[in-house]
Formats: sequence, C-alpha cells, structure tokens
Amino acid sequence: MATWKRTRGFWVSVILAFAFFAVVEWLIASGTLNVFYVNTLFFMAINVMLAASLHLIIGITGQFSIGHAGFFAVGAYASAVMTMKLQLPFAVGVLTAGVAAMLAGLIIGVPSLRLKGDYLAIATLGFGEIVRIALLNIDYVGGASGMTVTHMTTWPWVFACLFVTILVIANFTNSTHGRACISIREDEIAADAMGINTTYYKVAAFAIGSFFAGIAGALYAHHFYIIQPSNFGFLKSFDILIFVVLGGLGSLSGAVVAAVLLTIVSTFLQNYPETRMIIYSIVLILVMLYRPTGLMGTKELSSLFKWRKAAQGGMNHGGKNTVA
Amino acid sequence: MELIQQLVNGISLGSIYALIALGYTMVYGIVRLINFAHGDVFMVGSFVGFYAVTMLGVGFFPALLLAMASCAVLGMIIERIAYKPLRHAARIAVLITAIGVSLLIEYVTIYLRGAQPEAYPSTLLPDRNLELFGVVISSQSLFILGTSLVLMILLQFIVHRTKIGKAMRAVSHDAEAARLMGINVDNTISATFAIGSALAGAAGVIFGIYYTKIEPLMGILPGLKAFVAAVLGGIGIIPGAMVGGLLLGVIESLVSGLGYSLWRDGVAFVILILILIFRPAGLFGKNVREKV
Repeated sequence: MATWKRTRGFWVSVILAFAFFAVVEWLIASGTLNVFYVNTLFFMAINVMLAASLHLIIGITGQFSIGHAGFFAVGAYASAVMTMKLQLPFAVGVLTAGVAAMLAGLIIGVPSLRLKGDYLAIATLGFGEIVRIALLNIDYVGGASGMTVTHMTTWPWVFACLFVTILVIANFTNSTHGRACISIREDEIAADAMGINTTYYKVAAFAIGSFFAGIAGALYAHHFYIIQPSNFGFLKSFDILIFVVLGGLGSLSGAVVAAVLLTIVSTFLQNYPETRMIIYSIVLILVMLYRPTGLMGTKELSSLFKWRKAAQGGMNHGGKNTVA
Repeated sequence: MELIQQLVNGISLGSIYALIALGYTMVYGIVRLINFAHGDVFMVGSFVGFYAVTMLGVGFFPALLLAMASCAVLGMIIERIAYKPLRHAARIAVLITAIGVSLLIEYVTIYLRGAQPEAYPSTLLPDRNLELFGVVISSQSLFILGTSLVLMILLQFIVHRTKIGKAMRAVSHDAEAARLMGINVDNTISATFAIGSALAGAAGVIFGIYYTKIEPLMGILPGLKAFVAAVLGGIGIIPGAMVGGLLLGVIESLVSGLGYSLWRDGVAFVILILILIFRPAGLFGKNVREKV
C-alpha cells in the first residue's frame, strides 16, 4: 500500500503517456492530423529529447556544455550510415546512433573534466564545431552536400524513444546517482570533500545525455530525408540551450515545456527566421536579467499538484536523504 | 620560399585575430566574462567601415576611425544594458546573456539589411605587389600589419602609461580594493569595453579589405578563433593575446599551405582543446590554485 502511494504519480503519468500515444496514433491512422501537424509533432518530440538530454548535463550536473548539436550530429550520421550504407534495420541504426554519440560524449567528457564553467563551455563549443568540420570533410558521408536518408521515423518509434528518454532521465535524477550529480551542481568542491566521485558522475551525465541526443539525431535523420553538416552548427546548439535555459536550469518538466512551446513558436515563425531569432535572443536576455534561474527554476511541474502535501509539512522525498 | 610566403600570409591574418583577441582578453581580465558578442561588434565595425566608404565616400583612415568610434559606443551600450545588471549574478547567467546579445546583434543586422554579402571596394588601399627575395608581399598586407601594430602599441601605451590604464589594471587585479581606493569601477569597465570594441571595429575594417567579402554572420568564426587566440596566450594577458593571435594565424596559413584548407577552421578548435587540457592558463599564464 505504501509502495502504491509513493509510486502512484509515476503510474498515473505512464498511463496518461500511453493514452496520449493511443490518441495520436488513432488521429494519424484516421488521417485527422495532416502531414504538417505530424511534422510539427515529430519535431517537437525530437526537441524535447534534445532538451531533456542537455538538461541532464547542464541542469542536473551543472556542467555548462554548449556543443550539444555535435552529439546530435554524431547520432544522425551514425544511424544514416547504418541504414543507408550498410542496409541494416532502423532499430540497429537508432541503437548505433545512441552508442556512437555516447562514445563521443566520453571522448569529450573525460578530458574536459579538468575544465569548469566558461572554459568547459568554450571547449564543448569547439568540440561541436570539430564534429561539423569533420563531417564536412568526410566524403563517405557526402561532405557538404550531405546524405539522403529514407523516411523511417514513425510515431511509435518517436513515442518509444521519447518515453524511454524521459523515463530514464527522470528516474536517474531521483536516484542516488542523480543526487550525487545535483550535489556536484551545487558545489563541486564540497561534493568532492563528501566523498562523491565527481569525475565518475560528470562522465556518466555526459555519456547519458549524449546517448539520448544521439537517438534524437537518428530520429531526425530518418524523418527529414537529407542531413547536412550545416544543420548541426552551433546555432542548433544554442537552440537546444535556449530550451533548457528558458525552462529553468534544473527543471526537467520546464525544459520539456519550453521545448514544446518554442517548437510551436518557431513553426509559426518559419517564414520569418530573423524575427524568430530576434525574439529568441531578446527573451533570452530578458529572462537572464530578471529571472536568471529560468522560468521554472528547479521546480518541477508535478510540484504544482502537490501543494496540499507540502502544506501539511511533508516533503516530497521524506526521509530519502542520500549521499552517494 | 613557399613556407615564407605562408608565414607572411599568416602574420597578416594573425594580426586581425590579435586585434579581436585583445578585446576579449581585456574584458575577460576585468570582468571575467567571455564576451560572445565581441565577434559581432567586429562584424558591425566591418559594416560601418563599408558604408562609410561606399556611401560617404571617405578614405581608409576616416572609415577606420568611424568604425572604431561607433564600435566603442556599441560596446559601452552592450555593457550598460546587458552585462552591468548581472555584475554579481552566476557566471552561467552572464554567459547565456552574452550568447543572447550576440544572436541579437546578428539578427538585427540581418533584419535591417538582409543576409546578402557585400564586397569591399578594392581601391581603398593601393594594391601593389612587392617582391622580396622571391616572396610576394602585397602592399595591402603591409598596411594591415602596420595598422595593427600601431593600434597594439597605442593600447600598450594606454594600459601602461595613462591614468585610465592604471585604473584598468587595478580593477582587473582586485575590483573591491580598487573601489576602496577611489577608482570608479563602473567607468573603468565601460572604458575597457569601449577600447576593446574599438579594436574589434578596426579589425572589422581590416578584415573587409583583406577578404573583400563581408556578411552579417561573419563575426562568429573569427570571434571564436580570436577567443582561442586569447586562451592560447593566456586569457587576461595583453601581450599573450597578440602572440596568440599571430601564432594562430601562422598555424592556420601553414595548414592551408599543406593542402588541408578545409580543415583550417577545425585546427583552431583542436588547438583550443589541447591548450585547455594541457596548459589551461595559456602560454604566458601562471597556474593559480583554486582556493576553497
């Protein structure tokens, strides 16, 4: 009974998620949602995955990484090579995308651990650019003209990947490991002094975050027919960063909501790209000036529904203090 | 001879990086902020120079001065509006604001004049080729090198011989102590932004003459590379930025000379990552242990 009480919220969200899946599946099958809406929906899901994965690195672990498009690109190209060049099934492509991006995350994560704050940011930015320039120069993947990819991303695939991403990141955050990561965000030196293996957790966060960015890359590649290195420049990285920053540095639901809303905004402003970027940048500056922790701060959406419990003095995670 | 030719090209290119890097390093030295918008100030300088030449019909030096003056004002405005309210905020918030300012300048420029590139008039500087022991040196690259050198010497003079320079050095050493000694820290920071941005504006005009093509997003890559140059020399150290810029320019030219011109942009970032890993304080910096 006690277990049910603690996990009730979780199961309710799972059931809601599957209900959402079924409704959308039915709408697509019956043809109510036209291609435009399906495109927007897929793009939204991909952006949510990217935002959630970057949230794990920046929001939870406090490692300021702004080269996320690099991992996205690695995933997109790895899956495209698997399915188009080696003729392997899409599932293998998706998995390879995740693993390849994770390896890239380890490669950049391990040496960058010596760096902090601004320096880490600029190093990851540099890494993202190196990935783009490398792709531009490898003829096997088409160089600047890019690769054509068949359309294989379907709604069940998108939903499954999105579901797993959110599930893993949310559960990771609430686990012992997640708490260790949060302690690194709050004060790395103190966390180290408390016996937390900061190196291990920073690498783990990088690896998990880049894994899901890679999977998002696979979905993106197999939805948009063509991938080019220019799709993965640092403007893409900044887009992902804006989701996380606006949503709140440290709030998963905030990042998700921001990704959904901004995808809608940018779909409507598709014909005015410069207006979109001007609005983005002004919003970014204003949010940083007046609410530097982002719109949601570290609060989650679900905490809005828990006000009664909080009023009784009960904490969300009563008695679950953990030190890794 | 080929090698020396590349070296000459590299030094011209490097002096542009060095001019931009000086602004980065001065701002970082005084407020510990990577001013992402610096590359876009450089772009604005380039366009101001271009319009001064084509619309007002002025020569090279008036265009250069006009670009420097307008960039100095722009730098001060950016500092007052975006960075000053965040003086005591978290580092990440300031960095994100800087990214926001950078995007804002880029896209406002595109909004105002479109994204199409412009070609700098080639008649601005006399274009003659000097041959020295088989090495071809264009008079333009001599001009570029000369202008950069004069500006750098001027900067050294300002920083080491004038009152404002003394204030800048004091604030970068310890802002609180400087305030207690009666230095107006806000004005000093504004002056730093103004000088750094003026140098970026000058670099913009020089870049336009050297490469002829300018466009609203042109500031991103030279801006990042100039940052690499600043880190290479040790961020916050003025001679370091000059040496870092020249070194980066020479390395890039050598890479293109070896036939890997498409990898040129990547090399700068590889250097950045290597430097950050093996010698994070830069070539001229001392390692400082972090205190708890």
